[in-house]
Amino acid sequence: MIEVVQSGLFTTVQDKGRWGYQAYGMPVAGAMDRYAHRAANILLGNDPDEAALEMTLMGGTYRFRDAAWVAVCGADMQGTLDGAPIQNWSSLFVPAGGELSFQYAAAGCRAYLAVQGGFDVPLVLGSRSTYTRGGIGGVEGRALKSGDVLKHGPAGAGRVSARTLPADLVPLYGGEVVLRVLLGPQDDFFTQAGLDTLFGGRYVISDEADRMGYRLEGAKIEHGKKPDIVSDALCQGAIQVPGHGMPIVMMADRQTTGGYAKIGAVIGPDLSLLAQAKPGDAVRFALCTEAEAVAALREEQARYAKMAKLVAAERQPVGNTRAYRLTINGAAYNVTVEEME
Amino acid sequence: MDGVRLLAAGEQGLVVEFGDTISAEINFRVHQTARKLTELMGDRIIEVVPTYRSFLVYFNPLLISRQELSTNVEKILAEVKNAQRGKSVAKVVKIPVCYDAEFGPDLAFVAEHNGLSVQEVIDIHTSTPYLVYMIGFTPGFPYLGGMSERIATPRLEKPRTKIPAGSVGIAGSQTGFYPIESPGGWRLIGRTPVKAFMPGQAKPFLFEAGDYLQFQSVTRDEYAAIEQAVAEGRYVPEVADLAVGGDEA
Repeated sequence: MIEVVQSGLFTTVQDKGRWGYQAYGMPVAGAMDRYAHRAANILLGNDPDEAALEMTLMGGTYRFRDAAWVAVCGADMQGTLDGAPIQNWSSLFVPAGGELSFQYAAAGCRAYLAVQGGFDVPLVLGSRSTYTRGGIGGVEGRALKSGDVLKHGPAGAGRVSARTLPADLVPLYGGEVVLRVLLGPQDDFFTQAGLDTLFGGRYVISDEADRMGYRLEGAKIEHGKKPDIVSDALCQGAIQVPGHGMPIVMMADRQTTGGYAKIGAVIGPDLSLLAQAKPGDAVRFALCTEAEAVAALREEQARYAKMAKLVAAERQPVGNTRAYRLTINGAAYNVTVEEME
Repeated sequence: MDGVRLLAAGEQGLVVEFGDTISAEINFRVHQTARKLTELMGDRIIEVVPTYRSFLVYFNPLLISRQELSTNVEKILAEVKNAQRGKSVAKVVKIPVCYDAEFGPDLAFVAEHNGLSVQEVIDIHTSTPYLVYMIGFTPGFPYLGGMSERIATPRLEKPRTKIPAGSVGIAGSQTGFYPIESPGGWRLIGRTPVKAFMPGQAKPFLFEAGDYLQFQSVTRDEYAAIEQAVAEGRYVPEVADLAVGGDEA
C-alpha cells in the first residue's frame, strides 16, 4: 500500500489509455508522455503499458507501507527517498516505511512513478487511466489527493535491480521542441501561405495547455476555406486551427470529434516531447513524410527493446536475493545481497 | 471512388470520407462501411470512429501498412457501392424528459422565438425519432438529426460554464442532451433522468451511432421515479423498432 501524503499539483493514474470506445465519445486518455511512462515500467520488468502515476509540474510525497521496487522517469522533479536524492530515469528499492518525495519540475513537465506490479485501481472499459473530465478511471475518476491509499501488485514479480538508463535512452528537455507533422485530413482548407506559416514560424505554448490540448500562440495561419467543418474524428496530435488562426494540438484527453479544420497531426513519437513542454516554451513544426513517421515509430520501438534487453540481462535467476537500505553517516544506500550458489 | 476520399490523420489514422455535409444517406454509408471494415479487419486494426460524414480507422503502421489497409477499404467500398440501401430495422431508444421550467430554463424563450406555445414546442420535440449521426464531444453525447425547423433556435451568445448532466437542449436545428456535466451554449428545454453512459455496467452505453432516439414527455413525479430506478441500476430503457431505408431513403 502506498499512502498519498501530498498529492502534487495534478497527479493521476495513467496507463496506455482507454482504446476502443471512441465511437461512443469516450476520450482515450492515458499517459501524455508514452515514452517516459513505458520506460518506467520496462525498468521494473512490468508490462510496458502498466498503470503508473503521472505527476504534473509539481510532484507529491508518497509513503510506502510495504517495501517495493519503483522507477521514476520523465520530468526531473528532484525526487528524494527519505530525504536523500534519487536519480531520474532509474529504478530503486523503497523499504517499508520509506517516503518518496518530489518537487517542482526542474526540467520537463510530467514525471512518471511506476511500481513493480503496477497500481491496482479498477479497470473501467479495459483501462485504469484517469479521465478527470468524465470522472472515470484511476482513483474515483479524479486526481489524487492527500489521504488516498493506493494498492500495488505483488513486488516479487521478478528480480529487479537499481539501475539508471544510459544517456542515449534519456531525452533532453528544454529549448525549442521540433515536432514532425503529417499533413491532413483537412490541409486543403488552408492556403499555401498558411502552410508556410505553420512550418516557418515559431509558436509559444500558452497557459491553456493541459491533458486535453495545447493552445499555441504565434503567426496566424491562413485558411483558404472557412475554418469550420462538419465535425469529424480527432486523432492524437491533431492540429486544429479555429478561425483565429492559432493552432491547438490535441493531446491524450482530447474529445473524440471536433468541428475545426485540422491542418495536420504531430506524429506519435514527438508527442512525448510536447507533453514535457510547459507554457512559455517554444515549438516549431517540421513537415514529414509517411515513411519518416513510420521510421520514427520503429526507432521508438527499438529504444524500448534496448531497455528491455538491459533489464533482462540483470534478471537471470540466481539464489535468494535481499534488498537492504543502509544509512551511513546520513547518506542512504540501496544494497542488494545475493546468496551465492 | 464515388467521391470517397482516403485521408491521413497522423501516422496511425486513416480517414475514409464520404462527403462534407450532414445527410442521412451519407451517414448510412459511413456506418455501413465502418461496420463491414470492422468485421473484415478484426484485430488487425485498433478501432473505428464513425462521424457525420466520415470514419477514422486507428491502426498500428508497424503491423499493417496504410497501403494494405487502404486496399481493404477500397475492396469494401466496391462491394457496398452496388448494393442498394435496402430496408432495414433500426433501434429507437426512448428518452424520458421532464420539460418543467425547473429543468428547461430556455423553453419559454424557444417557444417565444418560434411563435409557439410551450406545449407546442414539447409536442414537436417529442413527435419524431431522431437519428444518432454520431457520438462525440463527451462520453455518450449524441449528435442528432431530423429536428423540425419550427423549433430551431440559435445558441446562447454566452455559453453556460456548467450544464447539469441530463440537460436536453436545442442549438440551431440540432437537438441532443448532455450525458455528463459540461459547459455549453445550447438552449436548455428539459432534463432526462437516464444516463447515456453507465460505467461498470455490462452494457455501459445506452445507444450507439446509427440508432434513433425519441424523447418522451414525463411529469416531475415520473422523472423522480425513473431517476431512482437509474440510481439503483434497475432502469430498463424502452426500445422500439423502426423500419428505415428502402423507399424512404
